Amino acid sequence: MKSKKEKQGQSIFAHIVLILLSFMCLFFFYILIVNATRSHADLQKGFSALPGKYFLENLKNVANDGTFPMFRGIINSVIVSGCSAALCTYFSSLTAYGLYAYDFKLKKVAFTFIMAILVMPTQVTAMGFLRLITNMGMYDSLLPLIIPSIASPAVFYFMYSYLQSSLPLSLVEAARIDGCGEFRIFNQIVLPIMKPAIAVQAIFTFVGSWNNYFVPALVIQSKNKMTVPVLIATLRGADYMNFDMAKIYMMITVAIVPIIIIYLLLSKYIIAGVTLGGVKE
Amino acid sequence: MKKKRKSISYAKWGYFFILPFFLCYFIFSLIPLADTIRYSFFEYYRSGIKEIGPNFVGMQNYFSLLDSDMIKYGINTLILWVIGFIPQIVIALLLAVWFTDIRMKIHCKQFFKVVIYLPNLIMASAFAMLFFTMFSSNGPVNSILMSLGIIHERIDFLGSVFGTRSLIGFMNFLMWFGNTTIMLMAAIMGISVDIFEASELDGCNSIKRFFYIILPLIRPILAYTLITAIIGGLQMFDVPQILTNGQGSPDRTSMTLIMFLNSHLKSKNYGMAGALSVYLFIVSGILCFIVYKMTNDNDPDGSKAAARKKARQERRRRK
Amino acid sequence: MKKKVIAALLATAMCAGTLTGCGGGAAKSEGGAEQAAAEEGKVINIYSWNEEFRERLEAVYPEVEKTSDDGTVTTLKDGTEIHWIINPNQDGVYQQKLDEALLKQADAAADDKVDIFLSETDYVNKYTDADADVAMPLTDLGIDSEADLADQYSFTKTTASDQNGVQRGSTWQCCPGLLVYRRDIANDVFGTDDPEVVGEKVKDWDTIKATAEELKAKGYYTFSSYADTFRLYGNSIEESWVKPGETTLNVDQKIMDWVNDSKEWLDAGYLDKTVKGQWNDDWNKAMGSKSKVFAFLLPAWGIDFVLSKNWDGEAGSWAVTNPPQEYNWGGSYIHACTGTDNPEHVKDIILALTADKDNLLKISKDYADFTNTTSGMQEAAKDDANFSSEFLGGQNPFKYFAPVAENIQIAPLSAYDQGCVELIQNSFSDYFQGKVDYEKAKVNFETAIKERYPDITEIKWAE
Repeated sequence: MKSKKEKQGQSIFAHIVLILLSFMCLFFFYILIVNATRSHADLQKGFSALPGKYFLENLKNVANDGTFPMFRGIINSVIVSGCSAALCTYFSSLTAYGLYAYDFKLKKVAFTFIMAILVMPTQVTAMGFLRLITNMGMYDSLLPLIIPSIASPAVFYFMYSYLQSSLPLSLVEAARIDGCGEFRIFNQIVLPIMKPAIAVQAIFTFVGSWNNYFVPALVIQSKNKMTVPVLIATLRGADYMNFDMAKIYMMITVAIVPIIIIYLLLSKYIIAGVTLGGVKE
Repeated sequence: MKKKRKSISYAKWGYFFILPFFLCYFIFSLIPLADTIRYSFFEYYRSGIKEIGPNFVGMQNYFSLLDSDMIKYGINTLILWVIGFIPQIVIALLLAVWFTDIRMKIHCKQFFKVVIYLPNLIMASAFAMLFFTMFSSNGPVNSILMSLGIIHERIDFLGSVFGTRSLIGFMNFLMWFGNTTIMLMAAIMGISVDIFEASELDGCNSIKRFFYIILPLIRPILAYTLITAIIGGLQMFDVPQILTNGQGSPDRTSMTLIMFLNSHLKSKNYGMAGALSVYLFIVSGILCFIVYKMTNDNDPDGSKAAARKKARQERRRRK
Repeated sequence: MKKKVIAALLATAMCAGTLTGCGGGAAKSEGGAEQAAAEEGKVINIYSWNEEFRERLEAVYPEVEKTSDDGTVTTLKDGTEIHWIINPNQDGVYQQKLDEALLKQADAAADDKVDIFLSETDYVNKYTDADADVAMPLTDLGIDSEADLADQYSFTKTTASDQNGVQRGSTWQCCPGLLVYRRDIANDVFGTDDPEVVGEKVKDWDTIKATAEELKAKGYYTFSSYADTFRLYGNSIEESWVKPGETTLNVDQKIMDWVNDSKEWLDAGYLDKTVKGQWNDDWNKAMGSKSKVFAFLLPAWGIDFVLSKNWDGEAGSWAVTNPPQEYNWGGSYIHACTGTDNPEHVKDIILALTADKDNLLKISKDYADFTNTTSGMQEAAKDDANFSSEFLGGQNPFKYFAPVAENIQIAPLSAYDQGCVELIQNSFSDYFQGKVDYEKAKVNFETAIKERYPDITEIKWAE
């Protein structure tokens, strides 16, 4: 009896907290969208909580600007972020599994090494990175934005932690007794168990890569290879005559749509994790 | 790890599986990294477009950094991180538990799950731009507070140390709590349903369930969260940079270590930047080592002690 | 509405530009370009941070055939292609990429070499430096700055010259600034909005201070923020921030005057305390009809594209008059890059864009730039029919701009200017707002400047 009442109280409390948090989150989102519906002149005058009437015009301005390849930019960003997310999660899982399920001489060394490099700030190596890819002939191409994501220590660590808490080695043993090859065990048994973790990291990697400005700005030169953040920076750098805050907000808004879609798609897998939990042991 | 017998025949697969990672890392990160460390012993920067150096100067860059305000910026970073991280982890744990508790009836769960992650989707620079607008002296937050009669004079949020730091902390919280929630949710979902069912039969209430089942079982992911949060905190840059226009105003009290690093990179001062990165590297290495050791203690009694200690802290925080 | 008008104007300007181009108008440059085409490279690489220069080039350069839809390649009539390499200014990406390209210039293949690059007044000296030698002296291109550029304002030539007085760049625009004031406030306080009368009241710093007191008595601010007046002081420093070959940074007396005056003005209530610096929401709002700010100090582009966009009242509510001190704000310089394989084309472009009076007048009309032609601007000052502004209530601003431009004494420049100007304002804004004391602000500036420029060893303060 008591616990039921307690539950009810907790549920009300939970709803209040959730509504407050959602309000805060949505509020800034709302402001962003409102700003995208106002003209540059309106924006300059300051803040307004009510949407303006320039949504379509702003959208047209951004989409139809011949010198500003918005769609191309979005496609580039999708390619870069999608490939990064796929490569990053797959190879991080593979590495994590390799270190988790096998015993070999350099195992401890390898693990310690990854943990050590986990903490290296990226800003520092950027200049050396740029020199390197220029020498390799990959300057102004999308490859240097994608390939390095194979080695992301943080994602590896997440996968490793996840394996620790949810993959019993007995399952692997059992598969081996059934005559499964090592690669097949990984692809057909381990990967499905890791789905929730993969979905989570895929989202984070995708978003991180989508919003990354620093490295693409250094690497990308040609207009038709630019990713969304670089394009937005180009908009912001427009000369005073063409400078248009409305276009910038519109571009930011447009840029969010694809990641929301990805998020909605992948969050299904996170929920699916509940049912997968029952498979184990 | 405990079972040694399989080690002989399968070892090569271990190497094989980790090969792509290491290959890629050596090419794209280690070479630039070696460059960085090497230059930390050189005087090497640009004056205009002329390159000065590289001249070998030994440890001089390291010494002159110790003479600078580096420690102060380290403390700033720590303060900013704490302001943002504590609410972030508390709220995230709470939400993760609520969302995964099948007995708890939360309406529109899916909606909330999507919404809490939204702020993370906006680019940090755009988000800071919005904040700047909202909290400027003549901005809407001031207007609302004034019309409600809560304040009588406009608050200069970004002009005070307290205001700026709280805003940065708040922004970091808002941007990252959804992210942490999702991560923890995935971790809790990795726990077998049987355990929950068993605990329910034993008459475990939700508080007990949280401290004795969930917390110990998601410890690896919690450690991950803590470590990545520490790393993220040490690398805090975008938000304070844009909100204070790169100055860390007022009086450099919101200047973080990476902002400091950035001001060296702006002058292409590879030597100084390299030395600063090595410091950062050492500090974060030590911090992460401590956290890792603390949370991956194999002694089962130790884990419970830690859980109990956390429980006490948790309760105190709630009061 | 306004935006549409501008867009339409732009469109017509562009069409007009292409039409005259096709007509093969300017005969003098044609022969030269064709002859040179044989031995010159096929690709001209131009580095810039936005489309501003491309649009002006398309509008007035007669050799332009067409530009690709995405704006990255412009084909000239002789088949030479201009490749536009545009990088955003944000976070210093433009200068970073330009610097990398310049360092690699000697080893680059002919078609990959930088041929032309642009710079802004704040950092032009970084590139015109004689030791760096990345911007070609104009004489090496065959441009005689005495004869060919005689009609340019002399301060723009000084700005683009190195420490030995050799001119290494040229600009189409110069940006003299005026004092723009609200007519209704002038009427309220002075009983008249006549620019001559108001001009008399703001003619120098002592007079304008007395006027500020009058404005304050009626509840108005003279300017919005302390940053508004910085250019006036900063433009009139007597010695450069850093003298060539030295590592000591001198903070000029004029800068300290700005610090002291700004503090005095702020404390006296002549400036709006809630507006901190420029380019933020509070500053934009100070330009709106509800604001109590009497005047702004802006160049031509500031009036047309900042003030008018922020103004929400009727057109004709503002007027211009002389500033308390002549100053310049902004300006983009065109440089021929050392090692270019297209010297003839580069010369041709520089002359067409910065030394051809007709072209410059056209740019003035179509893009509202105040252009670099003394005689042309003098004509514009008298040509009320073509140059009067609706926003300024029918006033012809060129009448006021032209004399300012002629009287600008440009301050001696150094390669360190961009950082100094930015950091001195940042460091002292804490002091103005009472967050730190005077000495602490000085220390903060010294710390910041040594971070930005590691070769600076000492900072000398004027007092």
